[in-house]
Amino acid sequence: MNLTNRSKVVTNKQMTFVESLYLPAIFAGMWITIKHVFGKKATIKYPEKKREFSEIYRGQHVLKRDDEGRERCTACGLCALACPAEAITMIAAERQPGEENLYREEKYAKVYEINMLRCIYCGLCESACPKEAIFLTKKTVDSEYYRQAFIYGKDKLVEPVEKDKRIDVTKRQTPEVLQFKKLPNERHNI
Amino acid sequence: MIVYLIYKVALITTILLLSLLIAMYATLVERKFAGFIQDRYGPDRAGPWGILQPVCDGVKLFFKEEYMPNTADKFLYILGPCLTMMVSLLTSAVIPWGGTISIAGNNFPLQVASSSVDILYIFAVVSMGVYGIMIGGWASNNKFALLGAVRASSQMISYELAMGLAIASVILMTGTLSLQQTVDQQTSMWNVVYQPLAFLIFFICALAETNRAPFDLPECEGELVGGYHTEYSAMKLGFYLFSEYINMFISSAIMATLFFGGYHMPFIDKLGLSPNLLTLLGTAFLFVKIFLFLLLFIWVRWTLPRFRYDQLMKLGWKVLFPLALINLIITGIVMLLK
Repeated sequence: MNLTNRSKVVTNKQMTFVESLYLPAIFAGMWITIKHVFGKKATIKYPEKKREFSEIYRGQHVLKRDDEGRERCTACGLCALACPAEAITMIAAERQPGEENLYREEKYAKVYEINMLRCIYCGLCESACPKEAIFLTKKTVDSEYYRQAFIYGKDKLVEPVEKDKRIDVTKRQTPEVLQFKKLPNERHNI
Repeated sequence: MIVYLIYKVALITTILLLSLLIAMYATLVERKFAGFIQDRYGPDRAGPWGILQPVCDGVKLFFKEEYMPNTADKFLYILGPCLTMMVSLLTSAVIPWGGTISIAGNNFPLQVASSSVDILYIFAVVSMGVYGIMIGGWASNNKFALLGAVRASSQMISYELAMGLAIASVILMTGTLSLQQTVDQQTSMWNVVYQPLAFLIFFICALAETNRAPFDLPECEGELVGGYHTEYSAMKLGFYLFSEYINMFISSAIMATLFFGGYHMPFIDKLGLSPNLLTLLGTAFLFVKIFLFLLLFIWVRWTLPRFRYDQLMKLGWKVLFPLALINLIITGIVMLLK
């Protein structure tokens, strides 16, 4: 069976005189290489030119705030449960009186950590989240010198309060996605 | 006398620096060209288009650890790279880099040492080139280095024969061993037109003599770890690598001189320029030719795979040597009948 139509049967036939001179073959080879000199280069010159990411690329996570700047996360732990790599840990705490402008609901995540080395960027945390609190963004995780530095806490994950610095996730939160999240057979909707 | 001395020293220094500079940038051109052939860009981070890359490489080689194996023969170990470098630079002495420049009634030919046996001198020096590699490989006390050195010596000796015969047929035609006269005789027609086979043989042998692919068996990083310079590091290794590029440069110059009219430029007499300007133009034209040959060397290297050792010997002894011999005989008959 042929996988491609380019396969050739190997023979051990005697070379003709012209072939045994090798020179035509050498010139043919040199013609091929010189064509590549002027051909298109495969390299992308990285720091100056970055490769285009898909709009729904799954990169570093963000913990969203609501319109009033309150953290959406209620530390329900569904993301940690959904995570196949067990990269997410969190410690929940109760909202105290006077903190209503900080946290959206009575319970919030005091500690929320994602180990970026364990994470496989599958996005299951995002689809598990019932509060639209965690999303994956187009940003790639920065390189670090120490493994410890890859455990991202809330300081790195929660988006800024300022309206103009908020991280846009509309591409990952289309109406279809919202519709999908309301499906009754999704585990957190039961 | 003083003027003469100053002129000689200036010329020697210029040629020395120029060959070092060209060898330096040949490494960059090589890497760039290799990159282009492989659909890459090659080094382009150090300076615009990577023009500072050779400087970085040089600095790196200087500051690397000078490692010497404790079983090595210390004197020979150091002598090896020095000898290789010296031999590669020595050849440049007899190449006519241009015509004559006359300043205030004094004539200064652009050739360091003009003798009547230039070609013989080149042969003598080139065949010494094998000593540097052989001594280096032997002194390292390493089996890979020794194998590389043995390969290098047998390869260079085999290909020198065909090379000598190829040049002999040119000498038979021109009737002179002086390179200056060889160039002067090519004003009407280049030697390559009369001796295409000799040129081809010479070119192949030049590839083998400079240990370039497809004849880079002495280095052979795949099977011999690095061949004769396996045990070398820092600038001693740099000397070996560098001398390869100087060898390329010099053999390109010899090819341009012997077969492609040297510094002679076609139709240059009709421009009506002053003699000094013509000389400089001729020198520039020689360097254009040399540069094209260097490109050809690089182009061949990144196109062809390495020979197997028996193929190499077969090509040298059973193909090139008889061909060169036949070419010599035919040239002799033609010269006799003329």
